[in-house]
Amino acid sequence: MNETWIALKELGENRMAAIGAIIIIFLVFVAFFAPFFAPHDPLEQNLEKRLLASNGEYPFGTDELGRCIFSRVLYGTRISLEIGVIVVGITALVGTILGGVSGYCGGIVDEIIMRAVDVVLAFPSIILALVIAGLLGPGLFNVILALAVTHWPAYTRLVRAMTLSVKEKEFVEAVRALRASSFYIMRRHILPNCINPVIVLATLGIAHTIIFAAALSFLGLGIQPPTPEWGAMLKAGIPYLRSAPFLTFFPGIMIMITVLAFNFLGDGLRDTLDPRAKEMLMTK
Amino acid sequence: MTILKIEGLRVYFNARGRIVKANNGVDLEIRENEILGLIGETGCGKSILGRAIMRLLSETAGIKGKIVYRGENLLDLSEDRMRQIRGKEIAMMLQNPSTSLNPVLTVGEQITEVYRYHNGVTREEAKKKASNMLELVGIDSKRMREYPHQFSGGMKQRVMIAIGLALNPRILIADEPTTGLDFSMKKQILDLMSELIRSRDMSMLLITHDLEVAKRMCDRIAVMYAGELFEIAPAEKILSEPKHPYTQDLLDSLPRKGLKPIPGASPSLTSPPGGCRFHPRCRYKNDECSEKHPDVIRLKDSHVRCFLYKRGCPTITSNQ
Repeated sequence: MNETWIALKELGENRMAAIGAIIIIFLVFVAFFAPFFAPHDPLEQNLEKRLLASNGEYPFGTDELGRCIFSRVLYGTRISLEIGVIVVGITALVGTILGGVSGYCGGIVDEIIMRAVDVVLAFPSIILALVIAGLLGPGLFNVILALAVTHWPAYTRLVRAMTLSVKEKEFVEAVRALRASSFYIMRRHILPNCINPVIVLATLGIAHTIIFAAALSFLGLGIQPPTPEWGAMLKAGIPYLRSAPFLTFFPGIMIMITVLAFNFLGDGLRDTLDPRAKEMLMTK
Repeated sequence: MTILKIEGLRVYFNARGRIVKANNGVDLEIRENEILGLIGETGCGKSILGRAIMRLLSETAGIKGKIVYRGENLLDLSEDRMRQIRGKEIAMMLQNPSTSLNPVLTVGEQITEVYRYHNGVTREEAKKKASNMLELVGIDSKRMREYPHQFSGGMKQRVMIAIGLALNPRILIADEPTTGLDFSMKKQILDLMSELIRSRDMSMLLITHDLEVAKRMCDRIAVMYAGELFEIAPAEKILSEPKHPYTQDLLDSLPRKGLKPIPGASPSLTSPPGGCRFHPRCRYKNDECSEKHPDVIRLKDSHVRCFLYKRGCPTITSNQ
């Protein structure tokens, strides 16, 4: 508890990380209470009031179908965070387990898992995700699936490398000399020693995933209209880029803020959790 | 009474086609309630012997011979059965206290889990036992919640002792338990260990390169050189009347005996010298020593592997 507190305090002293964390807390709050903040139903169309600039009734204006952009952006927060967290949750979990098994067992198991990683990494991830989303058809579940399939190898490689170094540490042998089975050693002694970089990678991964999901939606293979999703909103706004730039401006700025916030936090976490990275920065 | 008997133990590694004979026909027994010292230079195979008993050597190691504990040959046991023995029957403390504790778990958790893992006791009981154990090795049980980096080297070694003795094993194998500790701390740790071992009627195999430590602690001492045991004798005998020329040289190399180095270097384990492994450095060598491999000769209260005693006229003296 004490340790966690010190780490949090140190994180708070990192200004960028603190800003990132505050923005993220704010975004989560917004996403959670979107129905309370949104002045309109995000799906409600009002063709008489289409393409209005921002005004008292519609803070961010209205889109091509007369829907409230502010409400849609708020609800969009939900979807983006949802995708980010779910995808990173799945990929980090699967990737960590596979990486741990791969590094700890070695031999043929390691070979099989690492070759699978190579296969996935051999394709540019956006192409692979496009193929998967294209084959399965658009939709929230399929987007998550496509992202998960393309993003687990990073964690696997990271955790495998960490496991390889941690398992040679003397305390692992000490534990084996006293008691534990392989599974126990891995779960209780090796993985906890690998977890810090995974946390950093996961935080940065959320940012990456949100952009990626928006890109898929932008290309028409992700979340489908009328669901308010930032990428899809960008796409819908393109024809009106000159006449009504606010259609693309607000979702675009939200993507940027969210991604920046996660990146700030991720960088801060890396500085706090990984003393070696900090030393490297200091000596530079 | 013998509690662990090692017979003809051979341990070898295949390192890029070259065979490293780390233990070459070791016969040794650990008796009940005794502290047996295993001394030798760095790289002579002492730690390998300790690990072989625990079956902790890597899979690339070849092991032949027998290690009999209570009628069972440990080398034949299944991994599951071996795990029940580790920690509970035979425990091992590794060389380096600063790296032998997991940095991300609290000290308390690391002692507690020993009980949890073996005995199936409740969390509360295990915690209580762990804090008693910590008090026993002289650490305030309030420090259960602290992490290893908050402990000094000597404190960490105390924690290692607590973990090693937690399940009341019959035998504790301590591999260089005082590495990296300063002199006064060394004494404290050794006193603590021998007190705990003696009061619990346990046996200990103390692996060390430090003759002073061995002298202080042990009932019997075994001297190892290049993977072979050269001499086994009661501690006071080995110090007052060393039989083997190597033991003699070792004693002469002690600071208070004039710090005389043994000429030459310890042999490589990939291509040890033929005949007696010590003959290139030996003051008493003759032709037989470089041609034939000496067998262990049994004397009144010691065992020695040297041709001098076959001829029955030990004329060994200090070279002072």
